Amino acid sequence: MISIKLAYRNLIGAGLRTWLNVVVLSFAYVVIIWHKGFLQGWDEQARRDTIEWEIGGGQYLQQDYDPYDPLSLEAGHGMVPNDASAEINQGRLTPILALPAAMYPQGRIQSVILKGIDPQQRIIAIPSEALSVQSSEIPAVIGSRMARNNRLAVDDLITIRWRDANGTFDAQEVKIVAIFRTNVGSVDMGQLWLPLQRLQQMAQLPGQASILVADKRFNPTQSYSGWILKEQKILLQPIADVIRMKSIGGLVIFFMLLLLAMLAIFDTQVLSIFRRRREIGTLMALGMTRGQVIRIFTIEGAMHAVLATVVAAVYGIPMLYYFAKTGWKMPEMVDDMGMAIAETIYPAYPAQLVLGTILLVLVAVTIVSFLPTRRIAKLHPTEAIRGKLS
Amino acid sequence: MNPREIVKIQNMSKQFPMAGAFFTALADIDLSFRAGEFTGIVGPSGSGKTTLLNIIGSLDVPSRGSAIVLEHSISDLSHKRAAQLRNRHLGFIFQTYNLFPVYTVYENVEFPLLLLKMPAAARKQAVQEAIAWVGLSDKTDSKPPQLSGGECQRVAIARAMVKRPELVLADEPTANLDAKNSHNILQTMEALNREIGTTFIFATHDDKVINYLRRKITLNDGRVVKDEIASGTAGKKAKS
Repeated sequence: MISIKLAYRNLIGAGLRTWLNVVVLSFAYVVIIWHKGFLQGWDEQARRDTIEWEIGGGQYLQQDYDPYDPLSLEAGHGMVPNDASAEINQGRLTPILALPAAMYPQGRIQSVILKGIDPQQRIIAIPSEALSVQSSEIPAVIGSRMARNNRLAVDDLITIRWRDANGTFDAQEVKIVAIFRTNVGSVDMGQLWLPLQRLQQMAQLPGQASILVADKRFNPTQSYSGWILKEQKILLQPIADVIRMKSIGGLVIFFMLLLLAMLAIFDTQVLSIFRRRREIGTLMALGMTRGQVIRIFTIEGAMHAVLATVVAAVYGIPMLYYFAKTGWKMPEMVDDMGMAIAETIYPAYPAQLVLGTILLVLVAVTIVSFLPTRRIAKLHPTEAIRGKLS
Repeated sequence: MNPREIVKIQNMSKQFPMAGAFFTALADIDLSFRAGEFTGIVGPSGSGKTTLLNIIGSLDVPSRGSAIVLEHSISDLSHKRAAQLRNRHLGFIFQTYNLFPVYTVYENVEFPLLLLKMPAAARKQAVQEAIAWVGLSDKTDSKPPQLSGGECQRVAIARAMVKRPELVLADEPTANLDAKNSHNILQTMEALNREIGTTFIFATHDDKVINYLRRKITLNDGRVVKDEIASGTAGKKAKS
């Protein structure tokens, strides 16, 4: 207790030097927490949106269907298993049929994926109810990126061409009945969502599907022959990987920031021990052991981190709270990235992140503070009293 | 009845390694100090005064012979025990004051009591009393850079005296002070010696200090060349 009291007195007594270090360190705190909070917010939002719009509680993929291989689309479908029909009827699973096609917007040709979805489904957020309209044209819903890139609007007619199960090309016009806006680009770009039964008829694939999407409240465990279960955790892995990559990039910034702060503390400690050797000798003359003196100097250094926490809290909490409320606007160009990125990311600062950062900085500062103090152990009190270094 | 012997030095020598050889700072010292003495170790620079004081203060150890301070053999003390001895029983006054610049007068004087873990109320009373002894009650909140040299040395005396040690070791306490301040300091220490009975041992070559001493030990080239009773006339004059 006395060491803490004395260290605190020394630290406060050192005035501007202390506060400069504290401000640099507090800056490191706030930037680290902000950056990690931003990634955390992005991660949470991307997971939430991906679950809502694409993967639900998990997916069964037809064994020949590979979402990362466009060439697998031709053959990547199969009969919806009979024993899955109960789950489908109860709204726990919804089938999606994916087929390759081409569309001709304004005289151009563009590859697209036709995705058939049950207009009554409520498992993913695609506004499939819009596909319930009764009309001679095939109704289709598309995402806003798809609409923007192809200059399509609601009520536009567009020609599509596909091959049916026998390999015969067929073509027809589809009518855009709704345009949805989503952060999940993989359900938007290059995709036309049609009524499932209509697509099955068009392709002569009655009762077939490529994907069975599970409700997010439903944990699919049953296995179906010819279908591969992809758990939600597995399907979210690419997001975790991207976030991890971003975190590693962020680590470089943290490392440099921390390094600067640590250098400042180390430098202060070395200078302090050099300038205060007479004081060190006096402390020993007054009855302190070398260990106690080392402890005081180490605590003094470590207290920079404690003071920095307080200073960081003073300006960091309002600042981080403001960003958490108003969010961080993302530039337009990131909208087309492969993973879900919202227009505005709302950083999240879980207690684990804040406490972990404080602990990390505190431990680093304590180690850096301790290292130069080992020199005190070599000081001879009679020389230190006279201001000499042994 | 003779006052008790608090320091006993027998056949003590101290050597320092220097350029591959050994420099003898003290040789064959035999001395004894009794409680309540106001004694000075005098001699020219390099005669071994400070080295002798450092050994008595358990800041250094003899190379040969023995130094018994308050029944502790300095050679046999561990770092921790030596620190305890200094903490509990010894006070130090240095030529350069060695105050903590970021502490106030009050905090500087309080410091040894914090190490002794004295309760707050008793600590406060002792600090205020010690500051009053040296006449700095109006400067308790000042920091050393705001004080004159004489005032700094008085703070150092208060710091050395606050725990009422049995022995105070003062190394050239007036070397950085003018005549007037030197006399003030010495009168203060002399008064504390008489009123509280604290033993003072000085290392000095300052005539002003020598005039206050009641015993004068002269060192030359690390050997005791004279050990005599002094008149302490300056102190008596000041008292009268």
